[in-house]
Amino acid sequence: MLSHLPILQVILPLLGAPACLILGRGKLAWLFALLVSTLSFCIAATLLYTVYHHGVISYALGGWQAPWGIEYRIDLLNAWLLVIVSGSSTISLLAAQSSISSEIALDKQGLFYVAWLLCLAGLLGILATGDAFNVFVFLEISSLSTYTLISLGPNRQSLWAAFRYLIMGTIGATFILIGIGFMYIMTGTLNMADLAERLPSASESPTVFAAYAFILVGISLKLALFPLHLWLPNAYSQAPSIVTTFLAASATKVALYLLIRFTYTIFPSEFSQFIIPLADIFVALGIVAVFSASIAAIYQEEIKRAIAYSSIAQIGYMVIGLGIGGVLGLQATLIHVFNHALMKATLFMALAGIAVRIGATTLTSMQGLGRKMPWTSFGFVAGGLSLIGVPLTAGFISKWYLVSAAALAGRWPLVFLILLGSLLAIIYIWRVVEALYFKSAADNSPVKEAPLTMLIALWLLILGNVYFGIDTRLPVSISYEAAAALVEGRP
Amino acid sequence: MTQLFTHYNYWIVVVLMMAGFFIVIAQGNLVKKLIGLNIFQTSVFILYISSGKITGGTAPILQEGITVYSNPLPHVLILTAIVVGIATTALGLALVIRIKKAYGTIEESEIQQRDHTC
Repeated sequence: MLSHLPILQVILPLLGAPACLILGRGKLAWLFALLVSTLSFCIAATLLYTVYHHGVISYALGGWQAPWGIEYRIDLLNAWLLVIVSGSSTISLLAAQSSISSEIALDKQGLFYVAWLLCLAGLLGILATGDAFNVFVFLEISSLSTYTLISLGPNRQSLWAAFRYLIMGTIGATFILIGIGFMYIMTGTLNMADLAERLPSASESPTVFAAYAFILVGISLKLALFPLHLWLPNAYSQAPSIVTTFLAASATKVALYLLIRFTYTIFPSEFSQFIIPLADIFVALGIVAVFSASIAAIYQEEIKRAIAYSSIAQIGYMVIGLGIGGVLGLQATLIHVFNHALMKATLFMALAGIAVRIGATTLTSMQGLGRKMPWTSFGFVAGGLSLIGVPLTAGFISKWYLVSAAALAGRWPLVFLILLGSLLAIIYIWRVVEALYFKSAADNSPVKEAPLTMLIALWLLILGNVYFGIDTRLPVSISYEAAAALVEGRP
Repeated sequence: MTQLFTHYNYWIVVVLMMAGFFIVIAQGNLVKKLIGLNIFQTSVFILYISSGKITGGTAPILQEGITVYSNPLPHVLILTAIVVGIATTALGLALVIRIKKAYGTIEESEIQQRDHTC
């Protein structure tokens, strides 16, 4: 049983989805989906524990040994992301039932959880697999269900956002497919470990270079890396609130994982530095992403949209970490992946709670809510502080590692720019805090607190933000080991 | 020079790929966009299948006298990709139907106009 955990991790939500369909509508489907997601999280935690203490797990699907069969390969990097993705799914699902009750018709709620579990299965599959073509298949599973989830949003704009994301996402996935095809043509294998072995001998070939370029652009589309980010603000702001919470904490992280996997594990390490100055391009794009998205966030009236722009800025920070490179830069990225999942989930969860009660998340409609919904509003403040990087929050730890990685690399202008970017975050968070606490509401009718399950989920996230801002042993040690293994090219 | 013509299937791939990509970007009609997307994906299918072809090779069936055969793996991969493509098209068309109901149009420019006015 224990030796089958890598496949159970993916199969469980994949089979849970049709089972959810049989269970029908409403509460029952919700409880079942929550159970499946919790089990996935437990499996991911067990895998992380096993990998941390006993090293890499390799699982041969159906007993067919790699490279003939499909191999599932769990190392520290993907075990860490499996925990993040399944954890954010579980926390969001806990609050999902109360949140979608006002946004999705009752007869569609069962289907909502089917799409959710399929999306989870796809994301976990991308992380667990050690086969390049498998990545594409799972990428499409997660993408197709994501389009469905987004299109379930309350306004008609959600349909348009989902369609645009479908076009962009399919182009991105097809680019990745082309890249994988080129790699297969050159090496005759799809297994990642095999590819890593055979690609160096072909690294002179323009075909391999084209493969890398196609894959890089395809992943960047999925990652919403500036300037390929245009689908994200619409998709995130129009999706049902709780879907945004889940996607913001997981989907872009998985794309970032692919970027790290292809750059560090599969393609020869000197390859990405020789032909194009990839590291510099990452740093430059990251900085432009931080500033352009933060400034755009400042001018948004709809707060969900503002925080969606902020996600693009945070992806910028992660990519800057990649661009700085080395163990420290990569470690900063991996820590930020975890902390960003925490803080963005907190912010979007608080907004979901507000959306349930007042039906909108515009700046004017949120005026004076600090007194009416103190518990929910505090969630936004806590997430906001973490986003800015105030000490004693998780966000401070990410900023600290990113800044020290830049400083140790001797890149002082970069340090300055990162800190300046944080100042912009203060501005767009402060606008909301001001509306919540220092403006009086237009009408004084009392508003109830967010539903209990949402408050529980929100406060678990707040505690997570504070806890991982003080006790950093877990993320720091895991991300250090994972980064060191990647940089040194250990199997 | 002869290589340019003997591998003409790759030229078809390039032409289809660019045509499909161009349609996706340039067309305002949502259904046409999806058709462009399909052409774009189909070109990748042909790319994969072309790579499995070996001159003089037959179908990979265990039989006496057969020594050269085409690589079947790309075909299998593309079978999966075709299924994915169909699912994408179906979902896209379903969205177009819903968009038509909600907006009353499937022209990109008109949809954006209606979003801004209200």
